[in-house]
Amino acid sequence: MAHYFDLKQNPRRTYTGLILIGVALIMFPFIAQNFGNSWVRIMDFALLYIMLALGLNIVVGFAGLLDLGYIAFYALGAYVTALLASPQFAAVLESFVNNYPAIGNALLWIFGPEIAKDGIHMSYWFIVPFSAAFAALFGALLGAPTLKLRGDYLAIVTLGFGEIIRIFMNNLNAPVNITNGPQGINLIDPIRIFGVSLGGEPGSRATVFIGDFPIPSVNAYYFLFLALCIAIIFVTVRLQHSRLGRAFVAIREDEIAAKAMGINTRNVKLLAFALGASFGGVAGSMFAAFQGFVSPESFSLTESIAVLAMVVLGGMGHIPGVILGGVILAALPEILRHTVEPVQMAIFGKVLIDAEVLRQLLYGLAMVLIMLNRPAGLWPAPKHEDRPDADIDKPAPATGVVAA
Amino acid sequence: MDTFIQQIFNGLILGSMYALVALGYTMVYGVLNLINFAHGDVLMIGAMVGLTILKIVNVAAPDLPGVVKLIIAIVGTIPVCIAVNVIIERVAYRRLRNAPRLAPLITAIGVSILLQTFAMMIWGRSPISFPQVMPSDSYKLMGALISPTQVMLLVLAAASMVALVFMVEKTKMGRAMRATAENPRVAGLMGVDSNRVIVLTFAIGAALAAIAGVMWGATYSSAQFAMGFVPGLKAFSAAVLGGIGNIYGAMLGGILLGLIESLGAGYIGDLTGNFLGSQYQDIFAFVVLIIVLTLRPSGIMGERVADRA
Repeated sequence: MAHYFDLKQNPRRTYTGLILIGVALIMFPFIAQNFGNSWVRIMDFALLYIMLALGLNIVVGFAGLLDLGYIAFYALGAYVTALLASPQFAAVLESFVNNYPAIGNALLWIFGPEIAKDGIHMSYWFIVPFSAAFAALFGALLGAPTLKLRGDYLAIVTLGFGEIIRIFMNNLNAPVNITNGPQGINLIDPIRIFGVSLGGEPGSRATVFIGDFPIPSVNAYYFLFLALCIAIIFVTVRLQHSRLGRAFVAIREDEIAAKAMGINTRNVKLLAFALGASFGGVAGSMFAAFQGFVSPESFSLTESIAVLAMVVLGGMGHIPGVILGGVILAALPEILRHTVEPVQMAIFGKVLIDAEVLRQLLYGLAMVLIMLNRPAGLWPAPKHEDRPDADIDKPAPATGVVAA
Repeated sequence: MDTFIQQIFNGLILGSMYALVALGYTMVYGVLNLINFAHGDVLMIGAMVGLTILKIVNVAAPDLPGVVKLIIAIVGTIPVCIAVNVIIERVAYRRLRNAPRLAPLITAIGVSILLQTFAMMIWGRSPISFPQVMPSDSYKLMGALISPTQVMLLVLAAASMVALVFMVEKTKMGRAMRATAENPRVAGLMGVDSNRVIVLTFAIGAALAAIAGVMWGATYSSAQFAMGFVPGLKAFSAAVLGGIGNIYGAMLGGILLGLIESLGAGYIGDLTGNFLGSQYQDIFAFVVLIIVLTLRPSGIMGERVADRA
């Protein structure tokens, strides 16, 4: 299985495989929309999770730095987007004027009356890179104090950081209302690409017209997310085989040896953090635009753990594995929701374990069992990933299945 | 001035609970070099089981004095927590003792999720109010109020820490523990059964967490399946502050963190011109953690440098 997508060994099968997957992915929303938009919506979220899992994979999988607060970067991206593309900034200015007139009036003078009335509505061409950069900055800031320490400290610090971000989002509504507290920020602008709003124009009932061709808004977002996912996959694949990617793996395997080989471990680790965080920021930005609404609830520790579970389950450091993990775990709750309760109703006549609880159980079990029995994940990286040419001269066994 | 003394008392009370939990982290870390992520959830199990026992005692023997009821709850809870923690060690950590660093951490998170989910299935999602068995009228001490529950907590915490110190310093088993913490292989050569020591370490940590859990519930009068997470994190921060691996460090770190938190929460409003309020209490532990890790990673009393890549 590990060699199915190995271009060097089996280019024909790889290309056919990729084309088939590509066709299936493009066809999916058109088929699924016949069964209701909710299926496409589920897929949209799955794609967002895959983006997150790929970003976390850089930090955890490549560089071996356990980041348990990854969702904080997702949150940062989402809130930056919410502030820059919704009426919320007007409320921010107003609360400044009411509580700290001096600062408030200075800000009013800087931003002008228009923003004070409607808030900021920037273009996503600016917001998305900005969210990425903002999250990356925080990633580096967070990584800095812990770089000299062992991995488990890092885990705790990132966990704490995730909590801090959530506490701030929950409480920064008084006295100065920045995040609107637990209610969250509403009315975030939909994404606009070349004048076409992916949320659909007002009154179009969430239908996007590309030329004269109408597609539902969820499908439009599906294609955007798919394109982004492919871009991120491309970037991470290229990253993996770059000098930097090798440096990540070297640090993961043996930091002292990596240092001895002349790798500047501090900078490389910071970069891993910043890169991973920036992907989280982009995904957060997409999430905010897609939902049109953000609140602290979406960024709980459970979400961080869900993303980590995707990386671990799929195979840390192996991109196809991580994608598989993302698909399985993003689809799992939906499948459970549609099967668990009816099955229990049929057998016991009542719902004993609801789907949410079962999902948690499965996450926990998966993390324990996978680590104990298949520490490299369901679809681990082939053994010689670090030396891509080493296994060329011994062809894969005839079955095509290579135990990693 | 009265508020100041009150905050000091609150800090001591909070801190002694952190210290009890931090001891569990630090002892396991000392012996195995492992952060037992699920330790906070052992505290939660302690609170939940304690609550259940208290309810039963309340029905079976309503006339007993409050102190006795709480003691019964604690005595009943300790074996449950010990069993839970020893099972965790057996199932999730033992096979991974020589695995890469990330592996036991991830299983620990998995175990933590599992414990929370089981607790959710048994005790439900919403917070349960803890039966109030102690008299509620507070004593007045140097202008500050302190409730009987809090007095009991301080006494219990002090007693269990003294017992722990005695055990570690004076008994044979304690010497075996210190030896294993120093160097597991050499200790093994000297005839120390390291598995026994490790199990014992987990058991002691769990017993302390059980005491902390029941008292936590009694102090804050509520318990919920997710309640262990934040105290766990903070207790870990306390252990790092004191110097992880060092039991005196954990006690000191716990008390200090409690004081920092309660003074911080009391005065943060004044310091920041009311921009930040006491709802930010939870961030102090993490800020302390980050500062300690940056400036002195070995903590106040730690001898060993934490850098081992």
